[in-house]
Amino acid sequence: MGRAKIARKSTLVDMTAMCDVAFLILSFFILTTKPKPSEAVPISTPKSVETKFVSDKNLVMISLNNQGRVYLSVGDNASDRAKKQAMLQDINQRNNLGLTPAEISALVKQPFIGTPLAQLKQQAHFPSDQINSKVLPGIPTQDTTNNQMIEWIAAAVNAYQGGHMDLILKGDNVAKYPVFKNILTAFKKNDQFKFQMVTNQANVPKGTDLYKKNIENDKKAG
Amino acid sequence: MAEMDTSGGGGHKKGPGVKKSKKLSTRVDLTPMCDLGFLLITFFIFTTTISQPTAMHLALPDDRVKPEDQNKIKQSGALTILLGKDNNVFYYEGELAPDGSNFKSSNFKDIRNVIIRKKQQADTNLVVVIKPNDESVYKNFIDILDEMRIDLVGVYAVVDISPIEDKYVRLTEGESVPEATTTGAK
Repeated sequence: MGRAKIARKSTLVDMTAMCDVAFLILSFFILTTKPKPSEAVPISTPKSVETKFVSDKNLVMISLNNQGRVYLSVGDNASDRAKKQAMLQDINQRNNLGLTPAEISALVKQPFIGTPLAQLKQQAHFPSDQINSKVLPGIPTQDTTNNQMIEWIAAAVNAYQGGHMDLILKGDNVAKYPVFKNILTAFKKNDQFKFQMVTNQANVPKGTDLYKKNIENDKKAG
Repeated sequence: MAEMDTSGGGGHKKGPGVKKSKKLSTRVDLTPMCDLGFLLITFFIFTTTISQPTAMHLALPDDRVKPEDQNKIKQSGALTILLGKDNNVFYYEGELAPDGSNFKSSNFKDIRNVIIRKKQQADTNLVVVIKPNDESVYKNFIDILDEMRIDLVGVYAVVDISPIEDKYVRLTEGESVPEATTTGAK
């Protein structure tokens, strides 16, 4: 009969530790997320049901803004910037632009290339923070006779030789089709047949074939 | 942990008649604060993942392939979609009739039904040919490619518009309603 009396323990848990963890994670997330870089060339992309994300390495991005101006940029990391340097040196040599090494490295630091080849020297002397779609006239692609995009893609292909390159096209909703077609011509001329187009994610409309297929796939997976 | 030491200076005895003040617990309930922390975490996670852009993959055909090596498409399964200005969509099935009688106008909402109907009719022979004209915008092009994806059209191609097709598109757009209804009604 010697049953030991179990002492009733309090169910109050000390939340301090959990609270600490919560705020630690919170501050981690806040500090690690990169704020969206202020875009020098604002582009509103169309929507699609595509779910694959854009990778941020080894990318060469061609931006097409609402006025049909075309800009070229690379991924925001050291290896891509080195490739951009190689591209610029290549372009410089082939077209006899006479850019100095200092001018090339100034261009590498700038977020966009957006001038005709002849004006690259002037662009190198722009301060980086003043670069926007108003100052830069864009790479000429409008007419088929003077499509300088061909040169740039050729330089990019050379720079990324042996490695992987993601060609990414970021077009604005209201950009006209002919300019886009000229960019495609530049891709084709350089044997680049695969590329990606940046879109914003949208939901698949209900009742469509893709919607049904997705549900079936979910069932199989689940 | 979350309380403070409120006891007076180390065991000092108070004199007689001095009332001993009641010690208040300074233990704070941290549950709401913890809730708030996690709430903020969830908020940040949801808002950051959504803004990631996606990319649509597209493979271009090689133009240098000789005409005799190119695939011929069956007329019964061909559906040609033409894109014009102001989000106008036109289409015809098979080959374009010389008088343009099978040239029909549509829009981005209705084109899905057209594609689905054609898909059921043509089954595996279905080939959609997309021809944007010079007045169409990039968004139209992406939208129609997206439509291919949504309707699970396996074979589709982007082709340059021919002058006669461009003429029909422009005629229909220029004269808008009467022309569109007469060609559409047939």
